[in-house]
Amino acid sequence: MSDKLIIGGHEFSSRFILGSGKFDLDLINAAVEHAGAEIVTLALRRVNSFSGNILEHIPAGVTLLPNTSGARTAEEAYKIARLAREAGCGEFIKIEVIHDSKYLLPDNYETAKACEMLAKDGFIPLPYMYPDLNAARDMVNAGAAAIMPLAAPIGSNQGLATKQFIRILIEEIDLPIIVDAGIGKPSQACEAMEMGAAAIMANTAIATAGNIVEMAKAFKHAIIAGRTAYLAGTGRVLDKASASSPLTGFIRE
Amino acid sequence: MVIVNGEPKEAAGMTVLELLSSMQLKPERTAVMIGDEILSKPDYGKVLTDGETVEIIGFVGGG
Repeated sequence: MSDKLIIGGHEFSSRFILGSGKFDLDLINAAVEHAGAEIVTLALRRVNSFSGNILEHIPAGVTLLPNTSGARTAEEAYKIARLAREAGCGEFIKIEVIHDSKYLLPDNYETAKACEMLAKDGFIPLPYMYPDLNAARDMVNAGAAAIMPLAAPIGSNQGLATKQFIRILIEEIDLPIIVDAGIGKPSQACEAMEMGAAAIMANTAIATAGNIVEMAKAFKHAIIAGRTAYLAGTGRVLDKASASSPLTGFIRE
Repeated sequence: MVIVNGEPKEAAGMTVLELLSSMQLKPERTAVMIGDEILSKPDYGKVLTDGETVEIIGFVGGG
């Protein structure tokens, strides 16, 4: 069965997007391999000397998804995206516009504006957003290629705190919904996939795990399990019991 | 003096390519801003002049 994740016309077999932050460079390659990730996020910053080029630690063939972290306005996000393209990162861009340093919550309004500027300039924008249906619709209209609602604050590992609102986005938005930020455990990734999320983006859950490679594997399997369950259609829920064994032919006498 | 990533540097008279090379950075995986303008790759032969502000941007780990 062919079940591809399609973002901006590009096909992916894996539904696990891995962030590359907080890792020792030496561990990134193994984490990506064991996660089976085909998309890896990166950030752009000032570089001052050759202190280890992260690109050399990401397996060949992986699609790079630079983010606009550090941007506080749509204009800043647009500039970072153009820098990413100039640095050879292609057209995919994860829009992150944040000016709240305590909870790192995205600014949906500026994010939608950035989406429009970037889509017009030929980028494939993937906006990181607070799961609000109206804002998501604005981003769709602005040219988003997927919507990336947060499950919980970035790096918190709190899990699906916004579950019911992500569910609304899945119901109402025709683009892939990629749950991003806050997923702390494979079970939470599986749960999001079961309810119809198109993919999971995780970073801290893996980077801060006791064993990075094993956790990358666990996430991979959980995401596949959740996707398979979603496609299969989960069984019904009843208030009372419904016997699984026949209610006739009892061995009494 | 040229201000490179916020720090003064003896880079006046160098081209952008020479500056990147001195920093052991690969031009194809680096972006450069002069003042507020993004410099496109064909212009990396530009000679830096005294007082210019240069930003050298590259990829780092991020989520």
